[in-house]
Amino acid sequence: MPNSIEIKAENINFYYGTKQALKNINLEIYENQVTALIGPSGCGKSTFIRLLNRMNDLIPHTRVEGKIYFEGQNIFEENVDVVSLRRRVGMVFQKPNPFPKTIFENVSYGLEVKGIRDKQTIEEKVISSLNQAALWKEVKDRLHDSALGLSGGQQQRLCIARCLAVEPHVILFDEPCASLDPISTRSIEELILDLKKYYTIVIVTHNMQQAARISDFTAFLYLGELIEFGLTEKIFTVPKQKMTEEYLTGKFG
Amino acid sequence: MLEEEKVALLKRELIEFATLVEAMIEKSIKGLVNKGRDVLIEVIEKDEPKSNNFEIKLDELCTVVIAQYQPKGKGLRTVLMVLKINNDLERMADHVANIAETALTLIEMPPMTEYMKDVLKMAEITRGMLKDSIDSFVREDSALAQDVCKRDDVVDELRKVNRREIIGSMCAACSIMEVGLDILRIARNLERIADLSTNICEDVIFMVEGKVIKHKMDKM
Repeated sequence: MPNSIEIKAENINFYYGTKQALKNINLEIYENQVTALIGPSGCGKSTFIRLLNRMNDLIPHTRVEGKIYFEGQNIFEENVDVVSLRRRVGMVFQKPNPFPKTIFENVSYGLEVKGIRDKQTIEEKVISSLNQAALWKEVKDRLHDSALGLSGGQQQRLCIARCLAVEPHVILFDEPCASLDPISTRSIEELILDLKKYYTIVIVTHNMQQAARISDFTAFLYLGELIEFGLTEKIFTVPKQKMTEEYLTGKFG
Repeated sequence: MLEEEKVALLKRELIEFATLVEAMIEKSIKGLVNKGRDVLIEVIEKDEPKSNNFEIKLDELCTVVIAQYQPKGKGLRTVLMVLKINNDLERMADHVANIAETALTLIEMPPMTEYMKDVLKMAEITRGMLKDSIDSFVREDSALAQDVCKRDDVVDELRKVNRREIIGSMCAACSIMEVGLDILRIARNLERIADLSTNICEDVIFMVEGKVIKHKMDKM
């Protein structure tokens, strides 16, 4: 297995009230690799990805068992600073959700929250983040226009820039292309392939071909269980589990 | 990796494979001419297994590209071509190994230089055909591919002449039977390598021009 382990999930069980959504998940996420989570609706992939930066804390009546290690610490321990965790494990959602502010402010916001006051530092970071998100050229002349005036694909890249500005180690993508057209989808995919040089990436996708195209590792979940995990090129050519093969060939899901 | 990058990787691996086969031809003919036992054994024991590994690796890579990227249009045509050329190259490597094996016996026998002239010429043309067939694929050069197809006729003609001469001599003197049969075998293997290079070029022409020219070369 290449690269070292960035995140390690051990015996994860997760419950929405009495309903168990994840069953004894053990999974390792490798540094500077793209890991895709695939599976039919309701299989637990979004639930799992949201555990990685404790976004599920925000949902009432939920309970988690097990451990997730990130940077040597179990993220569920009481002394973990959740805000700092979410900065280091950033997230990009299905629907682009820019703030109703200017393009510049969308990216600078996280920096200000982080306590950075120096204007020049903020400006430099905004520019480098927009550059890294492959958006700079398109927006450099209208940084102070509303972010809501951008196209869907641009808004999604802005959300990625916003996430990059606070210097995460890991970026979680929850169906980042679900609401985008094929051209914008391609630009996001290219961006993800570029970003993995610097960040560890976990992506949830309904689009199996997208998982095949851009990920190094694939995890297949079904009804809350991890059915198979391995190198994407193996999972998509010679899966070990019959259920994975059936899902990939469209027999269910 | 993007689809284009992966397809480019496929092409690079294929070129490396073709370079190996080309070197195998050169080595086996040199071994034959210079009575170089070691180099002939190297072709059989090292290079041929290496070619088998190349074939498996390229097969796997193509499968992965199809499964991961579901290429369409030109990308798909290229992957399919690589699969076919891969198969052709592996068969060529088998033919070269046959040549090296035959050469190992032949170098222990009295020389028949007069019949070797045509064989050496065939070998030279065949090696050029292989090189150009791969170049035509990489550069998508259908004119070069057509030229390679024409050169196959020259190889066929050389083999015919050589065969006639050797059979004539064998009829006259039974003592040269063994050597004669070995030279015929080498010529036959070279001719098959030339045929396989022609196969590659026919596919290149199809890829570039969408024109099927297989099985009707005379109408070219």
